[in-house]
Amino acid sequence: MNWFTNFLTSSIGQKVVMSLTGLFLIVFLVVHLTGNLQLLAGDGGKAFNLYAEFMTTNPLIKTVSYLLYAGILLHAFQGWAIWRKNRKARGPHRYAVKVNRVAGTNGFAASNMAWLGTIIFVFILIHLYQFWLQMKMGAIDMVTYDGKEVADLHGLVAATYENLGFVIFYVVSMVVIAYHLLHGFQSAFQTLGLNHRKYTPFIKAVGKVYAIAVPLGFAIIPIIMYLSK
Amino acid sequence: MKLTLKIWRQKNANTKGRFETYQAEASPDMSFLEMLDVLNEDLISQKQEPVAFEHDCREGICGTCNMVINGEPHGPMQGTTTCQLHMRHFNDGDTIVIEPFRASAFPVIKDLAIDRDSFDRIIQAGGYVSINTGQAQDGNAIPIEKETAAEAFDAASCIGCGACVAACPNASAMLFVSAKVSHLAHMPQGKVEAKRRAQAMVNQMDEEGFGRCSNITACEAECPKEISVEHIARLNREYLSSSVGSQVKA
Ligand code: HEM
Ligand code: SF4
Ligand code: FES
Repeated sequence: MNWFTNFLTSSIGQKVVMSLTGLFLIVFLVVHLTGNLQLLAGDGGKAFNLYAEFMTTNPLIKTVSYLLYAGILLHAFQGWAIWRKNRKARGPHRYAVKVNRVAGTNGFAASNMAWLGTIIFVFILIHLYQFWLQMKMGAIDMVTYDGKEVADLHGLVAATYENLGFVIFYVVSMVVIAYHLLHGFQSAFQTLGLNHRKYTPFIKAVGKVYAIAVPLGFAIIPIIMYLSK
Repeated sequence: MKLTLKIWRQKNANTKGRFETYQAEASPDMSFLEMLDVLNEDLISQKQEPVAFEHDCREGICGTCNMVINGEPHGPMQGTTTCQLHMRHFNDGDTIVIEPFRASAFPVIKDLAIDRDSFDRIIQAGGYVSINTGQAQDGNAIPIEKETAAEAFDAASCIGCGACVAACPNASAMLFVSAKVSHLAHMPQGKVEAKRRAQAMVNQMDEEGFGRCSNITACEAECPKEISVEHIARLNREYLSSSVGSQVKA
């Protein structure tokens, strides 16, 4: 093995991959949220539909989106691989009594990252099927703005969120992402070796705000759309 | 004080173990190990097999007195080894569950005694400073900042007990390895081999079958020497920089 594969397959290297892909997803979520908030613009979906058109046709953004799919897959499969290793390392015996004390993170989230992640993965699959695939397959109405015909993604989203079941599914999924990030955000920096008394309290604070605010931002969209249907 | 003890009994590495219940008497000023000593004297006088547990210094520095007491390695007291834990922290009539440290890399030898050779092999891989014999150098010729010395000392206080592994849901040895790497990387004598050391010790750690660190920080919470996970971040830096930015071969 050369030094690079050696590094990537080492315990720390595997974690660095998790951290970098996780941070990439963290950046993506902000972009995604900014776009989605246009669903609430109250303009019958024009701003959002034009934005969606831009995002699906701009070559640069298309390239980044392929990187994103690869990133999600890498993060998920690496996460599962690490999970298997860790279960093997723990061995067949569980403690009869176990106190779960931690020092400075959310202990529940930290010890259940793979479960939380698996739920997120299922969410992403359903999410892509509901919106992205429908649009790709052309199973979507078209609208015309100023002579330009674009897919009415807003209409599809609005129709989906008339179903209370889907609204609940989306909101619960956002709670799961919030927990994943309550631990994951600061953990990603620790994995990269970025931990110092000077700035770590700041990273942890930003992480908490992010982990709550971003999923909350996503969650209010289906709620508001459901209530105003 | 009267106690009910539920203790993991296992004849040897190849047999299945199980919990046995014992009634024990203790006085509040006994240490936890002294309480077990009294139990063992009782067992011996009844011609029963005494409970095997490891101990050596009984003053909190050797790191051998490992057991999980009521779900916590070294018991409920913060920053305390089992030998330094006293019975006054328990109440009359308590039930105490005592189990061995659990990890694939720490197989049970007998009862509460586990095999921690994996830690020794990690130390052998790089947890040292190579010194050629010759004239001893004047101590004052190597200036070390006080803050640096203090941080190195914090890391050096790791006694290699393995409580970090026992507490970690992933059975990761990162706190132990990071304490060693961080201690030596801080000192001018240890800096010379720092890159090679980080590579060799992490490789050995992986080979021994310890888990990956998920930054859960249970290790710091349970470490009897209160080693901080800041050292894990330093190990990550040392490992990253030695992988990417040095000629050292893994
Ligand atoms: C919204 C999408 C996601 C984001 C923003 C995200 C973010 C993160 C971040 C920042 C970390 C911390 C990395 C570190 O500790 O160095 C992490 C860890 C983890 N993620 Fe995700 N993640 C996402 C989706 C997923 C998915 C779909 C899975 C599927 C299995 C997953 C599984 C894991 C696991 C197992 C860990 C823990 C790895 C470890 O610490 O050992 N994540 N994630
Ligand atoms: S880091 Fe703490 S818990 Fe781990 S071996 Fe050293 S002293 Fe024991
Ligand atoms: S017997 Fe040495 S640390 Fe407890």
